[in-house]
Amino acid sequence: MTDLLEARPVTDVAGKGSLWRIRANLVWAGATNNWNLFRTNRVGIVGLAIILFFALMALIHPVLMSGMRWYSGAALFVLIWPVVAWMIWPLLGRLRHERRVTLPLTVGIAAALLAVAGVTLGGVWDATTYHPVVGNEANPPVLYRTVVNEVTDPDTEMSIREALVYSNADGSPLQLGDVAEIREQPTGPYGRHWLGTDPLGRDILSQLMKGAQGAFLLGMVAALVTVLVATSVGAVAAYMGGWIDSFFMRLADLLLMLPALAIFIVMSSVFHFELWHLAILIGMLSGFGGVAIVLKSQALAVKVKPFIEAARVAGGSTFRVITVHVIPNVMPLSLLYMMFTVTGAIQTEAVLSFLGLLNIDMSWGLMIELARNQGYFLTGMRFWWLVFPAGLCVSLLAAAFFLVGRAMDEVINPRLRKR
Amino acid sequence: MIRYIARRGAQMFVLFIIFLTLTFLLLTALPGDTVKQRFATNPNVPPEAAQLAIERLGLDKPLWEQYTSYMWNFFRGDFGFSFLQYPRPVSDIILERLPRTLVLFLTVLVSYYILGFVAGKFIAWRRGRRGEHAITIGSVFLYTVFYPWFALMLIWFFAFYADVVPINKFLDPQEWVDAPFSSNHVFMVIFGVLLVGGIVALTLWILSRRIRDPARRKRIMWVGYGALAMVMLWFWYLSDFGSARRLYAGDILHHMILPVITITLISFAGIMLLTRSSMLETMSEDFILTARAKGLAEKTVRDRHAARTALLPVTTSLVIAVATVIDGGIITETVYSWPGMGELLFTSVVGQDLNLAIAAFSFVGVMAMVGHLVVDILYMFLDPRIRVTGE
Repeated sequence: MTDLLEARPVTDVAGKGSLWRIRANLVWAGATNNWNLFRTNRVGIVGLAIILFFALMALIHPVLMSGMRWYSGAALFVLIWPVVAWMIWPLLGRLRHERRVTLPLTVGIAAALLAVAGVTLGGVWDATTYHPVVGNEANPPVLYRTVVNEVTDPDTEMSIREALVYSNADGSPLQLGDVAEIREQPTGPYGRHWLGTDPLGRDILSQLMKGAQGAFLLGMVAALVTVLVATSVGAVAAYMGGWIDSFFMRLADLLLMLPALAIFIVMSSVFHFELWHLAILIGMLSGFGGVAIVLKSQALAVKVKPFIEAARVAGGSTFRVITVHVIPNVMPLSLLYMMFTVTGAIQTEAVLSFLGLLNIDMSWGLMIELARNQGYFLTGMRFWWLVFPAGLCVSLLAAAFFLVGRAMDEVINPRLRKR
Repeated sequence: MIRYIARRGAQMFVLFIIFLTLTFLLLTALPGDTVKQRFATNPNVPPEAAQLAIERLGLDKPLWEQYTSYMWNFFRGDFGFSFLQYPRPVSDIILERLPRTLVLFLTVLVSYYILGFVAGKFIAWRRGRRGEHAITIGSVFLYTVFYPWFALMLIWFFAFYADVVPINKFLDPQEWVDAPFSSNHVFMVIFGVLLVGGIVALTLWILSRRIRDPARRKRIMWVGYGALAMVMLWFWYLSDFGSARRLYAGDILHHMILPVITITLISFAGIMLLTRSSMLETMSEDFILTARAKGLAEKTVRDRHAARTALLPVTTSLVIAVATVIDGGIITETVYSWPGMGELLFTSVVGQDLNLAIAAFSFVGVMAMVGHLVVDILYMFLDPRIRVTGE
């Protein structure tokens, strides 16, 4: 295990060849090294597995949903990957000799599995039944309920008052002791709906998948914006100093201090929020706020390194020094904060859609809002498929990104590592 | 020291002015502004009347004049009228709601900070023993759990299934039908008692820290807290003023239990994780080894040497935590229908009551900033470097 933890010497990795090949080799060596460090952290691996699971859920939804049109394209896209992987691999030169076939093999197997899944599952969900927003299960299973005065078991009995709504098969009103045949939404899990349906007869699993798409889209966009804004602000503030520095830092103080949720709530009264807007706003808030402060202090540490001075002596312009020398050295830390931003973004989106302030048609927060609105939360375990999956999805995905962030923290900050 | 406080206060004030300016700009940048929606484009309002309304509201004046009058009105405490509860001025509503949120906020801030710190301290000290993984995973779950969902599950369990606390709202209307006091009055009494009690307890704690002999310190502390408890009992049970209000205060406190537990549970995990890593870092320092080598008791090493040093980064994180707790407060108040500032902000935004929403938002900002100032001052007491040099 110890040889995994040691960084490989640069000369060994760089080898010979064109500059680009050397660079690619260096990047690859750094990535493998970090991956080997990351791999030792079991909690981080669990987080990564959860993220991959949800990513798969998000990706497989369009394949399941919409028949030939999508699935053939998706299947082709997936099928081509093993071929691409095997074609690219030998081009990376030296690496071929190290017999590092694990990655292409994994990619290939995963792609093949996905292709098989795409071929077998493609379009099995027709839109009228399984669409997450406008779908509806027209034929829920028949449930049998005995009409009684006092209901002791709501799964087999029904009160006489409730029975006024239904009638017998021949149209006559229900009497005490009759067995009513009812079709009722929400239904619990059964063959056609693995996680049951919601009060409007929509498939919960399909909704979860749709929610995963939204969460990933939002998280990724928010994280990208954060990283873009925060690295540039941090690097510029640290390198330039002066009033630019103090302006951005005071702004960061202000944003850090203000409760973000209050800002979003007030802004939702002014604008029609959609997922994109929210993602960009979250990214800007954390990018100009707390993350900028952290990255600035990191950039300050980079600024005093000799190579920056060397670059300036060699005639590098301010722009070039910042973009080529400062930002790449701040990048690892900003990647870390990307993970934490995703956690925050997923939670914020869920809370806002739970409060009904977002202009979106399906998300995990919205599912919980519906379940609460219709009073299913106080029924405890009886309607568990309405209460638990959505809440657990939000919590799990947010926790997964947080755990991956923590594990990456240990990779990036050697101080936190072995003790 | 006083210079430091004054400087931080002045900085906060400037930040607050900037914050108000941004809020004002946000208001004026509205794509469809409220007045136009209500008057100018409303076919039921004759154009002259619309013009008159715009003139009376001063919306035909240049932006600069609007800005100065907005600021002036804000500092006079004049926020206009609420649209939702029409004849009531906004300042009235804010004054009614603010103490309710403050009580929640202060209780939570104190309880979660102490709880998180103590828990983190013990976990770090017991590093490597059994149960550590479970505690870490549990606290990460609490840290990232979907807040409203968790709150609803708590309602289901404690208020519905176990039925030990009320489901929501902040008082039980049946008990208050013929109450001789307004709920706000009783609430202010609770607020005052909590504030005075908290300050006395804090002073006691700070004073007792100066006593070196541990046995004597413990004695004096217990006597002090005992006396405080006796005074509390006397106030609520024997004094005329307190005993008349006891039942009503009890009702409000009963409604407060679940929200306080919820926000505390959610936020304390963050502090705990941070304390843990900060403690672990401190524990590998040389002075801990020295303290142990001197033969000090483990408890002394833990509490007086390790924890004292580990406290600093945790207090820094409180700066961010103030905003987090306010955010949590907004969600909690909405889920539990606790009529405080967060719920006010939410209902006014949903009800398109712009005056109220902006005032509520500004006051949430004020709360955050005052919270930061207090944390700064606290930090000064903890960190001698700031206390001495003022930097």
